[in-house]
Amino acid sequence: MEHVLWFGWFRADIISSYAMLFWRGLQMTIAVTLICIVQGTALGLAVGLAGVAEARHSPAKQLCKYALRWPAAVFVSFFRGTPLFVQILLIHFAVLPLFVNPADGLLISGETARELKQNYGAFLSGVVALTLNAGAYISEIFRAGIQSIDKGQVEASRSLGMSFPRTMYHIVLPQAFRRMLPPLGNNAISLLKDSSLISAIGLAELAYAARTVAGAYSRYWEPYLTISLMYWMLTLALAYGVKKLEVRYGRGDSR
Amino acid sequence: MDVVIRVKALSKLFGHATVLRGIDCDIRASEVVCVIGPSGSGKSTFLRCLNGLEDASGGEVLVHGVSVHDPKTDVDALRSEIGMVFQRFNLFPHKTVLENITLAPTKVRGLSAAQARLRASELLAKVGLESKINAYPNQLSGGQQQRVAIARALAMQPRIMLFDEPTSALDPEMVGEVLAVMQALAEEGMTMVVVTHEMGFARQMADRVLFLDEGLVVEEGTPAAIFDHPQEERTRRFLSKVL
Repeated sequence: MEHVLWFGWFRADIISSYAMLFWRGLQMTIAVTLICIVQGTALGLAVGLAGVAEARHSPAKQLCKYALRWPAAVFVSFFRGTPLFVQILLIHFAVLPLFVNPADGLLISGETARELKQNYGAFLSGVVALTLNAGAYISEIFRAGIQSIDKGQVEASRSLGMSFPRTMYHIVLPQAFRRMLPPLGNNAISLLKDSSLISAIGLAELAYAARTVAGAYSRYWEPYLTISLMYWMLTLALAYGVKKLEVRYGRGDSR
Repeated sequence: MDVVIRVKALSKLFGHATVLRGIDCDIRASEVVCVIGPSGSGKSTFLRCLNGLEDASGGEVLVHGVSVHDPKTDVDALRSEIGMVFQRFNLFPHKTVLENITLAPTKVRGLSAAQARLRASELLAKVGLESKINAYPNQLSGGQQQRVAIARALAMQPRIMLFDEPTSALDPEMVGEVLAVMQALAEEGMTMVVVTHEMGFARQMADRVLFLDEGLVVEEGTPAAIFDHPQEERTRRFLSKVL
């Protein structure tokens, strides 16, 4: 058969014999990505709002500057200014043991800590690192989105007696969200791909599955081409979802 | 008559630029006051100080005896009594005409959706736009948008209406429809402060005209006094350019 000549070198049996590993890896990648998108967006919203917080009268004025804007700026600067890979290692090997440690964990200690670290350590560290990293980037998307809304919108809302939080919730954020969808979509795609870095601390996701198979057979085309295609399909699906959302929230927008 | 807004020695600085340099004036119930003057004279800033959209650098604004710029004042409650109409309409583009009008009455006044809807359709009838109730702002002309903006402000049943150059961003053929709505409002006895370049409207509708220049009230009086017998040289010079 013709195609055997073409693809004869591709040993599909390697993939099929490890299908379960790839399947679980895929599930893990999707789970980590979804969790981090949700948490990162929530964190990004909080940090983004903190980054634009302003008040007219003291002491609220000083409070906004030193307790909200500055910490937000430092947080964003650190997580955008250092490699995600380093953040993952730092959190997994340094920060997590500080909080979850059988001997003297600040949060959890004893037998629970041992089990937690054993079974979910990499998952926990990976999700925390990726969430913090995504939160930093997403907060900048929120900040830019909020600041892109015409000041007249806020003034019109405030002049109707709507409080600042109400104005944010009903007027600014819905409009900002529409403009933020494309960059948020890009961010989700980055997040999906970046989740592969967590394999470095032993989380059994897609990249880890490929590395396992590659190690067992000393074959590289099959596992890495397979997960490449899987990542590609996932990013295409994400991009499609974002497009759908853009159409749905695009109503009434002339810009 | 009752004084609704009392402005005492109001001054405003933006950085080093002094925009208002001590304005005193009283606005009484049911009075229509038009504020005219060259651009950069501080008219809009003056108006925006009246509902606290701008902070005052000095002096005081009292609305129904309540200080607008006192940090202890509930500025949201105060503003819900003062409608404002902007030069650029500032309708909420992601909401329909109906939603634009009912948002604040339901959220701030606690009206039910049905009550708010009823009020909105009454107001839309009043400004002649009943048929546009489900349109989005970008489907309306400038004049229609401004009339919706007026209806939106009126839906809070304010006791005072502020107009910040409401016809300046409109094509000439749409100015009339907006002025007609404002005229009807004035005839109902609404207290109105109108920053405007429409001298015809000021002459016809104002009870009193304030001429502002370089942050000061240079001259004030009835439209007849200001337009026909201006006392100040600066007023004369300004009017000779715009009339």
